[in-house]
Amino acid sequence: MQMVLDYYNYWICVVLMMIGFYGVMAKTNLIKKALSLSLFQTGILVFYISIGKVDGGTGPVTVEGATGVVYSNPLPHALMLTAIVVGVATLSVAMAIIVNIRERYGTIDEKDIEQMELESNE
Amino acid sequence: MNGEAALALALFTPLAGTVLIAMSGQFPNLREMFTLVTAVLTFIFVASLYPLAVNEQVVRLELFSMIPGVPVAFRLEPLGLVYALVATLLWIPNSLYSIGYMRGNHEKHQTRFYSCFPIAIASAIGIAFAENLFTMFLFYEVLTLSTFPLVTHKGSTDAVRSGRVYLGILLTTSVCFQLFAVLWIYALAKTGGASGTDFEAGGIFRDALASNAVSPAVVGLLFFLYIYGIGKAALMPVHRWLPAAMVAPTPVSAFLHAVAVVKAGVFCVIKVIVYVFGIDTLKLHNLGEWLLYISGATIIIASLIAAFQDNLKKRLAYSTISQLSYVVMAGALFTPLAIFAATAHIVAHAFGKITLFFAAGSVYTAAHKTQVSQLDGIGRRMPWTMAAFTVGALSMVGVPPLVGFVSKFYLLNGVTESWTGASGHFDEAFVLVVIVASTLLNASYFLPIIYRAFFKPLSDEDRKHPHGEAPWPIVFALTFTAGLTLAFFFWQKPVLALAELVRRAAV
Amino acid sequence: MEWVHKHLPALIIMVPLCMGLVTAIIGRRGAGWYMAMGTTAATIAMAIQLLVNVLNTPGQSITYMHGNWPAPFGIAYVIDPLNAAILVIVALIAAIVTMYARKSVASEISVGKLHFFYGLWLFCITGLLGITITGDAFNLYVLLEISSLSTYTLVALGKDRNRRALTAAINYLVLGTIGACFYLAGIAYLYMATGSLNIADIAARMQDIYATWGTDSPQYQKTVIAGFALMAVGLSLKLALFPLHGWLPNAYTYAPSAVSALLASTATKVGAYAFIRVIFTLMGVDFAYHLLRTDVALLISSAAAILFGSFIAFRQTNVKKLLAYSSIGQVGYITMGFALGSVTGLTASVIHLFNHALTKGGMFLALGVVAYRVGNTKLQSLAGLGRKLPFTMGAFTAGGLGLIGVPLTAGFVSKWYLVSACLEAGRYELAGIVLVGSLIALLYTWKVVEVIYFGKRADDAAPMREAPLTMLVPTLLLIGGSLYFGIDSSLSAHIAETAARFVLGGTP
Repeated sequence: MQMVLDYYNYWICVVLMMIGFYGVMAKTNLIKKALSLSLFQTGILVFYISIGKVDGGTGPVTVEGATGVVYSNPLPHALMLTAIVVGVATLSVAMAIIVNIRERYGTIDEKDIEQMELESNE
Repeated sequence: MNGEAALALALFTPLAGTVLIAMSGQFPNLREMFTLVTAVLTFIFVASLYPLAVNEQVVRLELFSMIPGVPVAFRLEPLGLVYALVATLLWIPNSLYSIGYMRGNHEKHQTRFYSCFPIAIASAIGIAFAENLFTMFLFYEVLTLSTFPLVTHKGSTDAVRSGRVYLGILLTTSVCFQLFAVLWIYALAKTGGASGTDFEAGGIFRDALASNAVSPAVVGLLFFLYIYGIGKAALMPVHRWLPAAMVAPTPVSAFLHAVAVVKAGVFCVIKVIVYVFGIDTLKLHNLGEWLLYISGATIIIASLIAAFQDNLKKRLAYSTISQLSYVVMAGALFTPLAIFAATAHIVAHAFGKITLFFAAGSVYTAAHKTQVSQLDGIGRRMPWTMAAFTVGALSMVGVPPLVGFVSKFYLLNGVTESWTGASGHFDEAFVLVVIVASTLLNASYFLPIIYRAFFKPLSDEDRKHPHGEAPWPIVFALTFTAGLTLAFFFWQKPVLALAELVRRAAV
Repeated sequence: MEWVHKHLPALIIMVPLCMGLVTAIIGRRGAGWYMAMGTTAATIAMAIQLLVNVLNTPGQSITYMHGNWPAPFGIAYVIDPLNAAILVIVALIAAIVTMYARKSVASEISVGKLHFFYGLWLFCITGLLGITITGDAFNLYVLLEISSLSTYTLVALGKDRNRRALTAAINYLVLGTIGACFYLAGIAYLYMATGSLNIADIAARMQDIYATWGTDSPQYQKTVIAGFALMAVGLSLKLALFPLHGWLPNAYTYAPSAVSALLASTATKVGAYAFIRVIFTLMGVDFAYHLLRTDVALLISSAAAILFGSFIAFRQTNVKKLLAYSSIGQVGYITMGFALGSVTGLTASVIHLFNHALTKGGMFLALGVVAYRVGNTKLQSLAGLGRKLPFTMGAFTAGGLGLIGVPLTAGFVSKWYLVSACLEAGRYELAGIVLVGSLIALLYTWKVVEVIYFGKRADDAAPMREAPLTMLVPTLLLIGGSLYFGIDSSLSAHIAETAARFVLGGTP
């Protein structure tokens, strides 16, 4: 229990990632799948952001003349800006493909699509 | 002419011929002329190496390195020269024969046919003069692939299926066993487990075995891999490709599957025994005794199967399998004189068997007959063909004054040489029994054909379809090879001189 | 000119990146192709120049600092013999396939989308080149996503021919993103342990961490192991290492022909490169192989890939899918080489990267011609095409012989090195598997070759001409290359060996 509380930030992201991962694997609705994927990515974003935090650290803005100030690490946050952009791009590409799937198949459910492909036997 | 140039020309003339033949596809006469000219020139270049070989001059040619440190290189060597001479000499009558056969049977895609042939010859020459294991493997594979279009020439379902067996067995054995052994030896050579990767009189493992750098078990395994990696030697149980290849037009069966390809197989076996493992090494560590029994069994079993084949070409094919194992068995005695006999038998069998195939093709062209049971009385209509057939068959049996007798004689000599050794004589007794039994079997499946052809009357059905001899190029070719079978009995010196050099290398 | 030389490492990425954007905006009505062609031609010149520069530089390594920020702080591009060679492979294949793409793509994708296609095409190439050249672990992730995102879209563009391209693309997207996320999470762990993102810097700091492991207070042991495991899984997904290959067959099969060729010959190769980088440069052989025994897992995966991939390939009736499964098997050869961890093994990997890129690329191009002329790539559609498309089908057959590894093809050279490496390491069973793999390759190649040459073409089939020159020439170039490097491998083997020695020399 102590371990869970000590590392609560890690637990949060692990739980987020696993929810996302479960969704990706288990859901057949493609939109739900894409959203789960997004959640999975978010778990990693949170992870990065939390490792940038230094205990008792303040915001990474230099204070004039102050000594002995502990700053949090800004680099992971900056990285995550990029990763967020990547995540958004991924989600939008996924959505665009799903829209196309809906146009061509009339459904966005993987099982139905699979069934249709089996019947058309291409 | 200097040796290097002759060697290079012998290799490249057929390739140049391929180009010319492929380009002259529109003009059959020109195309056939190129084939004949290429054949004759190639033989002349190979023959010009003969004096150099007898004087034991070093003739070496390095072409290029496919892989750094692994050159494609050639070296004149007596055993290789024997094989190359036989292959290129018989290519000349075979080219003539092909012309008669292909035109007589109105075969399609003749240009493809004639273009593939010289590539096969070039790779046979490459195998013959390979200086190292890799070069031999390289040309061995090229030979397999270049003959594939010839085997499947007809393009029928049957041909495709046979092609599959052909390629399947030959490539499987060469890739899984031979390539594996080649790579293993190259790896060993790096660490001193072998004294090199070039062919070397006495073998490359002698020093390494003496200094315990490699264990006899490994060498024995390598030997096994090599023997079965050379599927072209048609040792049972990897012989199936040879009967399958009989689906090809007869010139292919006659030349490639009685001479060039199968002889490449047994040639490689002998070469490997003498120049890679060394007969002393094999004998000392008792690594190859199994080969004697396998080849002996192959001789007997293949002969028995041959006796029950009605299809003439199939019967000849099984006879070839059995005769090839003669060479292997001779090699497996691991005595110098037996190696000498093996060399002689490569030549003897080639002349006899090509004559037999020529005759079979001649019958097919003139009378469209493929089965032994249809041959009643055909000797009277096709006297030349069946006379040549008789000469070939008697040579197979080993009747003097034919060349088959010569090799059998030396083989028996080889056995007696080994007999004087101190160990038990079971091996030698076994060989003797095999030779005697197979001679009887040979007689039992060849003589009935001759009897049928000359002494049985024509069937009523046949009387309605009169036919004469096959076209003259065919008759000429088969008479020529039958003549060679006879001539070599009296004029064996040149070949024996080379065989003697091989024998000395083996000691 | 001086300026160009100085900034070559940046330009090789920036030029296609910017041109991709420009093409997507103004590359309408056929202009897109000219822009893409010009860009890829420039890229290959730059890649070759970089290779020459690297080989002539003492120490064989060039570091380029973006914006002159010193290494651990700014993003550095590091070029050494290994990635310079990969850059040349990618750029070369990209240029040749672009030449081919014009007619092929025009017949498979509606005219209104061509400028987007070529824009994405350039982005994809940018990403692949970027993964190769970058010396920064996070930058690698970004470039990985640039190439992946454009690839998903390129695959999906196959929808005009077959709607299954869409499902293949979404499947690829899901798995590809998961792989990339694993990689990203892996970097996070390494960042926790070392506080750096620069590959060289991480590698240096990692030595200090390893030094503490034998002692009573090992630092970051679990963190580093978890980080490596995540990165390894992520990259394995990217390079389609068995059993994480699920996305590959459909993506290759339903993508437009040119895209399949580009992906097959570059994408998995770059993934393999990134994997080599992570194992050998980032983590070090001692850690990855001697401590964690990742090599055992890799060898088992590779062996399974070779056998399984090749065998499933044999059962396919769509030739494009057959080639796709064959690629899974061929990836196994590449990973097996570097999993052996020796100079010869790594040489085998690098040389096979190159040889397989040429061979498989050429085969996909030849198949693209079939798609262009016949309309599909089903096995029975190839019946009797040996007469109708003699050069294309000849190229296909030559490529098939390369997959088998027949002597005088590039595939033989790779196999020679790989089996030699196995034997040197005393792994006889692996050598056996490689050889058995070639036999299964014989089975699936011959299955197609027989249909091509002995199959009967339908009597009512429309007359057909040989492929247009713009498609035939690239096909023959790639296959011709694979034959050339099979006959004389001194150049490719020299570069591969230099690269292997450099990479292994860099790790103690």
